[in-house]
Amino acid sequence: MLKGLNIAFKDLKIESRAREIFISMVVFSLLILIIFSIAFSDLLSSASKTATVASGVLWICFIFAGTLGLNRTFATEVQNGCMDGLKMCPIPRNSIYLSKVIFVFLLMLLVEIITIPMFSVLFNYQFTAIIWVGIVILLGSFGFVVVGCLISALVIKARAGEMLLPVLLLPLSLPVIIPAVSATSGLLRGEDIFSLMSSIRLLVVYDFVFFAVSMLVFEYVVED
Amino acid sequence: MLVVAFGAIFFYLPVMKDSAGNALDSSFNIFYFHMPIAIVAYLAFFVVFISSILYLRENDQKWDEVSLSAAEVGVIFAFLVLATGSIWAKAIWGWYWVWEPRLTTSLVLFLVYVGYLMLRTALDDPLKRARLSAVFGILAFVSVPLSFLSIRIWRSAHPLMFGGSLYGQGGGGLEGTSLLLVLILNMLAFLMLFVSLTSFKFKNEKFERELDMYKGR
Repeated sequence: MLKGLNIAFKDLKIESRAREIFISMVVFSLLILIIFSIAFSDLLSSASKTATVASGVLWICFIFAGTLGLNRTFATEVQNGCMDGLKMCPIPRNSIYLSKVIFVFLLMLLVEIITIPMFSVLFNYQFTAIIWVGIVILLGSFGFVVVGCLISALVIKARAGEMLLPVLLLPLSLPVIIPAVSATSGLLRGEDIFSLMSSIRLLVVYDFVFFAVSMLVFEYVVED
Repeated sequence: MLVVAFGAIFFYLPVMKDSAGNALDSSFNIFYFHMPIAIVAYLAFFVVFISSILYLRENDQKWDEVSLSAAEVGVIFAFLVLATGSIWAKAIWGWYWVWEPRLTTSLVLFLVYVGYLMLRTALDDPLKRARLSAVFGILAFVSVPLSFLSIRIWRSAHPLMFGGSLYGQGGGGLEGTSLLLVLILNMLAFLMLFVSLTSFKFKNEKFERELDMYKGR
């Protein structure tokens, strides 16, 4: 666990100097927002209509930006043979996976923190129940990253791996994305949190299941 | 083994006639294909799941071939589920496709395993392919219970035939022993079709591997 944190810290340090993944994720997410804001410009006058499209737009931004980030996570390690170095370290293989989950999760959170206010500005939308929305987004992003990091490690050895990543990742992460989107849209439409508990419960269950399964199988992915 | 497989197919044909001959004009008839196919598709993916685990544990190439065979047949069955379901939906609902939980999750299931086959073609080294696709096969199975339980978790337009959901009873109106008998017969028939197709595919894979081995020498 601690070793995983160390590797994640190393990744964050590199990222804080170069900022190449983070910048492209943010810019990409904002561009999607702008495109949607132009496409839906007729809807922006009514708050209830905006609330209907909001969760879809937000999650598309998060997922696309997240996929962009995931594409680079293991690629940077493989590039200079760092992966072999990491594998030689006297640490459990799981902690490599854990570090990547922490790293991408933090990146995604930062992107989300920037995207949500921008959404508020561009779509002229006032968020209510922001804490619950935040919790749902946290749970959803975590599940997405958990699946994403495993797939990212998996496709790195395949031909045309970067093209394969979204094809494999999107259907596989849908068990997490479906309840996340439905819970978010319920909250934004002003529904009571207790009426959305079944979605949130499902979200938590799938987060746990995916995390546990990924931790178990990761060592087979990097084994050579 | 071959004899058994052929026997299954010969046994399987009259059953098909049986159910179709009953009342071909009724659109509900497609249910006798639809549900057994769906169950067999779930079963196929369950086989992929189990053999993937066994591969990782025992490192035996045999299990990889089993999971490939089951996945290929499973994808075909999953596609047939969507196709038969759509034909029925057109007759009853008026649309081929409605975005509702059961249909969405079934489509997801199909796409996940298409992804599984795509991943296999993208990996060249056989050992690596076996290992990585086994990992994916385990992870992919997580979406099976979601699809199976979807009509029980969410309010859905898809009819529920057996058991209750969170939102009241299903009650698809499956009564009478003759209907149930046809359903069970079809279930068995499709099960045998699955077993025979999978074992054919499995044999094929085994021969291919042996051929590769001889070529290598």
